[in-house]
Amino acid sequence: MTGQTGESASGASSSGQSADGTPAAASTGGQWPLWEVFVRSRRGLSHSHAGSLHAPDAEMALRNARDLYTRRAEGVSIWVVPSSAVTASSPDEKDPFFEPAGDKPYRHPTFYEIPEGVKHL
Amino acid sequence: MTTTAEPGAATAQAGPDRHTPEALQAEFDAAVAADTRIEPRDWMPDAYRSTLVRQMAQHAHSEIIGMQPEANWITRAPSLRRKAILMAKVQDEAGHGLYLYSATETLGVSRDELLDKLHAGRQRYSSIFNYPTLAWADVGAIGWLVDGAAITNQVPLCRCSYGPYARAMVRICKEESFHQRQGYELLLALSRGTDAQHAMAQDAVNRWWWPSLMMFGPPDDESAHSAQSMAWKIKRHSNDELRQRFVDICVPQAEILGLTLPDPDLRWNEERGHYDYGAIDWSEFQEVLRGNGPCNEQRLERRRAAHDNGSWVRDAAAAHAAKHRKAQA
Amino acid sequence: MTATEQSRAAAAPASPGAAAAEKAAPTLEGPALAAARALGDDALVLAQRLGEWAGNAPVLEEDVALTNIALDLLGQARTLLSLTGDEDDLAFLREEHEFHNAQLVEQPNGDFAVTIARQLYFSVYQELLYTALAEHGGDLAPLAAKAVKEVAYHRDHAEQWTLRLGDGTEESHRRMQQALDALWRYTGELFQPLEGLGVDLPALRERWLEQVTAVVEKATLAIPQGADHTPWAAGAGRQGVHTESFGRLLAEMQYLHRAHPGASW
Repeated sequence: MTGQTGESASGASSSGQSADGTPAAASTGGQWPLWEVFVRSRRGLSHSHAGSLHAPDAEMALRNARDLYTRRAEGVSIWVVPSSAVTASSPDEKDPFFEPAGDKPYRHPTFYEIPEGVKHL
Repeated sequence: MTTTAEPGAATAQAGPDRHTPEALQAEFDAAVAADTRIEPRDWMPDAYRSTLVRQMAQHAHSEIIGMQPEANWITRAPSLRRKAILMAKVQDEAGHGLYLYSATETLGVSRDELLDKLHAGRQRYSSIFNYPTLAWADVGAIGWLVDGAAITNQVPLCRCSYGPYARAMVRICKEESFHQRQGYELLLALSRGTDAQHAMAQDAVNRWWWPSLMMFGPPDDESAHSAQSMAWKIKRHSNDELRQRFVDICVPQAEILGLTLPDPDLRWNEERGHYDYGAIDWSEFQEVLRGNGPCNEQRLERRRAAHDNGSWVRDAAAAHAAKHRKAQA
Repeated sequence: MTATEQSRAAAAPASPGAAAAEKAAPTLEGPALAAARALGDDALVLAQRLGEWAGNAPVLEEDVALTNIALDLLGQARTLLSLTGDEDDLAFLREEHEFHNAQLVEQPNGDFAVTIARQLYFSVYQELLYTALAEHGGDLAPLAAKAVKEVAYHRDHAEQWTLRLGDGTEESHRRMQQALDALWRYTGELFQPLEGLGVDLPALRERWLEQVTAVVEKATLAIPQGADHTPWAAGAGRQGVHTESFGRLLAEMQYLHRAHPGASW
């Protein structure tokens, strides 16, 4: 049902991750793990995915993210998450997983017919 | 609410059949046809994946190698304003390389693998960066012509069928809008400056014009990958189409600059509604591609040196992280 | 004047002569001018050194980080130098002895450890200095208030790397210690009194030493034991006396500007 990788790491099970899901700050060859970066562009908005980067640890990941993704003042807050810590839904089952939500139009306001002239509704 | 049919939905009804190669291919084809983005965890044909890896890696490598010819002038920029602009631009190129490596990693290759291939000469970067920056004006010519050509190529890539690539390109195109302008402004200052400055600008344009036209790749009838890439909507316009668009944009810009383009055959063709231009010397293109350009070895050597000289630093940070993770656990 | 020259001159309102006429008069004078210029020189020279890293950093993320720092410093330099004259005349037309930057910032980049040691020593100093300047009020206070935020990040960057290199591998530990040792003798100069600044520089040294020591020791490294200045009576950067590599730095930085006297860029 679920895959153990985030977008940037998908399919790249060997890239910078150890089997137990922790970022492998590889003692071998100094390979740095991959981090997903989320940026809040301004107050009032939620963090959204900006991209990924490599860093040896969380502190450096934050700083690299600041330099890379907010050079033009694009952010007021940053999250970094090890790519290996993201659990994603499986695309194979995208239809069974999401389809049940597709036939419940009564969750959307446009489902309801309101006589013309009714205001503030 | 209207239920918009997902392109895949039509084929989904067959249940288990969805997983046959034919069904997967059909779902992929339908998504591409409907201009739905392909995302990393979607099924995709192997050839689509490898074409993307090849193109995106080449693009990322080009940004990184492309730092060199311009960084060559950072320490010698003739005013502090120009120095700041040039630094910011070269920094953007590092950033763009990182966006593109990050997007390429979604296809299941690590950045280390890609860099290893670059360093081993097994993946290409744009041949344009194998030309030298001999004078300050070259920084302007690169901004105006090379970045101009790159933007002409890249804007359609913002609609590329592969989601992460398209998103990286949106970001890159937004940031690059200043690159071309600063180059044009730089050349304008030189062209309107002293005779020596004007000559420097003209010389740079003379040297960069033809290589810039070659950046669009071989003519359509000789382009090895074009047709398939167009079908997959990785590519949206043909090489010749984009090249023509670029020439048409540049000619009036050159006039305002007060500089000439080094092509005696360049003239307006009323019938076509485009500028005609002279024959491109593709033998030079092939030679540079084969590794015989003026700076091929130098560029790769410099990149390898930076990487090798940095290995103890990367090792140190990784070792530090490992120690402190252990200490926390 | 040829026809093309005429048309070019007509098209360009900013001819070299006009540009010279537009040059703003300095807003500072006397010792205050000299002090601001010395700080501007610090920032300019260090930005120039960091600019040499572009494309050569140990990892791409660090290319971006080092350039960010260089751009901050270049911005500070431009503001400071503009308070004391024309920024380009000052950057490109003065000779070695007319620059009053501290010798620390002109030291060659060396390996990454040397660059980080230089950054650590200098950014801790700059943060203390700008904080004091901002509190002191006066002409440099607005610049200092803005710059102190930039410099706090430079200091953080240097600290993070000192920790990783010091407490990383054997090799990185050795290199980092060597770098700290090699640059130590340029640190004393930073705290020489600078007339016209309005900040008691010698008084900053104690806090500087505390902060640097804390980072260095956390990084499992040792504070160097040697002298923090060179025993040469001729003076140091603040008196316009520099080290050999500085002449080459200026030669590279200035050659193009000087090759086209009076030109606009």
